[in-house]
Amino acid sequence: MTLHTCSIRELAAGLRAKKYSSVELTKHFLDRIARHDKALNSFVTVCADSALQCAAAADAQLARGQGGPLTGIPLAQKDIFCTEGVKTSCGSRMLDTFIAPYDATIVTKLKHAGTVMLGKCNMDEFAMGSSNETSFYGAVKNPWDLTRVPGGSSGGSVAAVAAGLAPVATATDTGGSIRQPASLTNLTGIKPTYGRVSRYGMIAFASSLDQAGMVARTAEDCAFVLQAMAGFDPRDSTSVDQPVPDYAAQLNAPLKGLRIGLPKEHFAEGLDPGARECVMAAVAKFREAGAVIKDISLPNSPLSVPTYYVVAPAEASSNLARFDGVRYGHRADGVKTLEELYKRSRGEGFGAEVQRRIMIGTYVLSHGYYDAYYLKAQKVRRLICDDFKRAFGEVDLILGPTAQSVAFKLGDKTADPVAMYLNDIYTIAANLAGVPAMSLPGGFVQGLPVGIQLMGNYFDESRLLAAAHQYQLATDWHTQRPKEFA
Amino acid sequence: MSLNADQVRQVAHLARLELKTEQVDRYARELSNILDMVGQLAQVDTGSAQPMAHPLDMVQRLRPDAVTEGDRREAFQAHAPKTQDGLYIVPKVIE
Repeated sequence: MTLHTCSIRELAAGLRAKKYSSVELTKHFLDRIARHDKALNSFVTVCADSALQCAAAADAQLARGQGGPLTGIPLAQKDIFCTEGVKTSCGSRMLDTFIAPYDATIVTKLKHAGTVMLGKCNMDEFAMGSSNETSFYGAVKNPWDLTRVPGGSSGGSVAAVAAGLAPVATATDTGGSIRQPASLTNLTGIKPTYGRVSRYGMIAFASSLDQAGMVARTAEDCAFVLQAMAGFDPRDSTSVDQPVPDYAAQLNAPLKGLRIGLPKEHFAEGLDPGARECVMAAVAKFREAGAVIKDISLPNSPLSVPTYYVVAPAEASSNLARFDGVRYGHRADGVKTLEELYKRSRGEGFGAEVQRRIMIGTYVLSHGYYDAYYLKAQKVRRLICDDFKRAFGEVDLILGPTAQSVAFKLGDKTADPVAMYLNDIYTIAANLAGVPAMSLPGGFVQGLPVGIQLMGNYFDESRLLAAAHQYQLATDWHTQRPKEFA
Repeated sequence: MSLNADQVRQVAHLARLELKTEQVDRYARELSNILDMVGQLAQVDTGSAQPMAHPLDMVQRLRPDAVTEGDRREAFQAHAPKTQDGLYIVPKVIE
């Protein structure tokens, strides 16, 4: 069976035509996880029993002629989302024994949509990383080349979907953690507008940047899943109360006349020539389909990495202060004072990358440095955001590369945090501004996938998904699969 | 901008992180590199740009002051490292 290469639309049609049941579908993916995940390390927890129960319930619903486009579809959850009764580790020793006492809003919504949770995906610790090498549970391997990284922080999510261990996986994106790994594994992923999807029950990293989304095989699949995830949630104070459009219904919006901007800063020095060729080939496809291509500038976007590495650690240092070894999470043994309890629990519970970011954040927020670093970064953030507002006066979408190059080797960048941070040079600006952005498969360099990034205006996910869908109707990059996981 | 070992120990203390001796020099080097990278922001002319704390122009919502959550103390304390009689137990703080 090749159920693991089908799109959600195909699987939903197969379920309704009774070619297979959700239980059979779920078993197929559970079998593949059992067979292949040793090589990939993409799951922290597999929920075989509860998945089969959910699948049986979905089958009963389908038999009654009920359910929606996601009823009976298996999926994997990034281990950053709280799942009631199921371990929720966030990739950290700190939460190695944490069984969440409630569901994140998106977990509830996806359950109500009839999806079947296969398990929880590995990730960089507290979503801090671009290679999935900072996880307490070990690095995740890229299904296209097991000696390379899958990208991060949603590395488990992308490895699972790319290898056909799940049709779709949730993910989160604070500085590129959906788009960069999607790019490195030939998947389609969307980071929605800040506030579009509830963050309730999603373990916080940098609250003014974090947003939930997903990785899948096609833009159409993303539309189905985003439909189920998006919407106002009174439990998230940054959730936006705005109606959710019917994303799938708008996928056929034509490309003709669509104005697409190419930001010159995203094609400057540092971009791999092979990746550039792929991006330019995508540009040619969009032009052929009638899109109007314009050269534009996001003049402050080269400042997005330094801005991010002030803002994100500052917010992280505050968010991660909750891990104190008292109410939940890791607690050090044999401590004599409360201060020692805090320090040793946090010293043992957090890995090196998390500690680095907590310390940078603490430093830039500390007395005497606040204005020079944090306030300054917030001002530069305004300039970066204004660049987007100006650009979206001229164009409908912005197109460029997602990453500077294809997947790098495991261990290549772990010794140099700054080199690792530069992986997100093209993706961070969208988080700082809060605009939605996607990565889509755009070709290969020496057998490794290259991603195309599309960015849209606030709450313009429909146009973004439609453009991606139209591009995927005209190309077949997204149908390519890693041979070892055929 | 570079941090020396003492400054790293001070920041770690503020962040309530216990560092092992052998970690301190490495962190000093790495944090200094990160601060060098973000240091380029100092050169940017931000003019009259208003600091941006959040992507969306929104104000904090208010909700009716009503109880919406039930009592789940037992469920929440079930994963606490140490509790007794419904309380969280920590080392003695008051002599």
